[in-house]
Amino acid sequence: MADKKIRILIAKPGLDGHDRGAKVIARTLRDAGYEVIYTGLRQSPEQIVAAAISEDVNAIGISVLSGAHGYLFPRIIELLKEQNASDILLFGGGIIPDDDIPGLKEAGVAEIFTPGAPLADITNFLRSRYAS
Amino acid sequence: MPHNTVDFQELLVRGQSGDKRAIGRMISHIETYGLTENLIMRQLWAHTGHAVIVGITGAPGAGKSTLTDKMVKYWISKGYRVGVIAVDPSSPFTGGAILGDRVRMNDLALIKEVYIRSMSTRGQLGGLSLACSGAVSILDACGYDIVLIETVGVGQSEVAIMNVADLVLVITVPGLGDEIQAIKAGVLEIGDVFAVNKKDLPGADRTSRELQMMLDMNPNMGERQPPVLMVSAEKNDGVGDLCDSIMENYGCMKESDELLTRRNRRLREELLAYMQDRVYRRVLAPVIEADSFDDNINGFLSHSRNPYAWAEEIVSQIEEKIK
Repeated sequence: MADKKIRILIAKPGLDGHDRGAKVIARTLRDAGYEVIYTGLRQSPEQIVAAAISEDVNAIGISVLSGAHGYLFPRIIELLKEQNASDILLFGGGIIPDDDIPGLKEAGVAEIFTPGAPLADITNFLRSRYAS
Repeated sequence: MPHNTVDFQELLVRGQSGDKRAIGRMISHIETYGLTENLIMRQLWAHTGHAVIVGITGAPGAGKSTLTDKMVKYWISKGYRVGVIAVDPSSPFTGGAILGDRVRMNDLALIKEVYIRSMSTRGQLGGLSLACSGAVSILDACGYDIVLIETVGVGQSEVAIMNVADLVLVITVPGLGDEIQAIKAGVLEIGDVFAVNKKDLPGADRTSRELQMMLDMNPNMGERQPPVLMVSAEKNDGVGDLCDSIMENYGCMKESDELLTRRNRRLREELLAYMQDRVYRRVLAPVIEADSFDDNINGFLSHSRNPYAWAEEIVSQIEEKIK
């Protein structure tokens, strides 16, 4: 009888206004059977974490094209920790230099997808995390 | 399944103290396992019955989310705590969904007195998920004074909301079609309050007049004529009047026993569904799943016995026992 759905919040933090990538990901995840809560542009990390907690999501995916990834990712991780919600997974994508990725992962980001990553990589990543 | 063993009572206590994570968990639990598991409704019942439950419906693009955002802000300014359940459709093919109503309500995320939850229909017709009424009860039990349910804008067949809400706000906009659209049965008959949104668009006056005319002609309306208000959600114009009108209507319904009549009907339907589920699981399913049923089914399939006569006999036996 159980109808367990994986819920994923897709958000676009910071000031850059290009949400095409986030929308493509939202659509891809919907087609893979996930429930996507799409919150749109210009979200603060505080808003993102508050929404993730109210919505009881399993994971947060953010798209960052502005170069502010060095702040935004760790800040979300920190807020999740503060609110005892570290079980919520954080992944992301965007224009993120290869050199910066190890640091972000060390901070607790589960995975980073850079431009050109096949959509299947993202769904495979989630499937491996949430294999039932 | 670890989720199924959650201590619902503990989550409820945390939710009542304003812990949104606990509220989120409870709603997920209901979405996953249904209302009848873990005696959830039994635990909630003593704490419910206080919230004003308002359904909001209307065509896609009519501005439901934007208006909801502004209404919540108005009510917060008046000191109410407000819960929002925003329902969007799920794909009939993959079961996945994009729930995008929060895009218009981002300012509300950090307000302590507001809780917003997006829900998908999970394949339910009529645009409401079964878990929706459970989520309403949870928000009611956690002390939200007003619970808004924003439903999928599927249009004229959207009447399922009546089975969850105390009263229904129908939102329309100019330019959706001629007056024939307004005569069609469905949404028009379930509205307690009507709002013509985007009132600055050309034709808004006409839409409002036509709507009013159709409502005037409805013979079942009784004494209470639903008000039609013109608003602009985008410009935050007329929203306060709309909110006040909703509360005024609620007050009238309470005084005239209409509210009691509606809650009476709703509770009957809910109880029937609840008992059906319990009886199915505890009485009927065991009959069909029993080993001895194999013999029966073989008899039926070879046409040496009649399955319908058998079913009738079983039901009669059950009936006999509860008499």
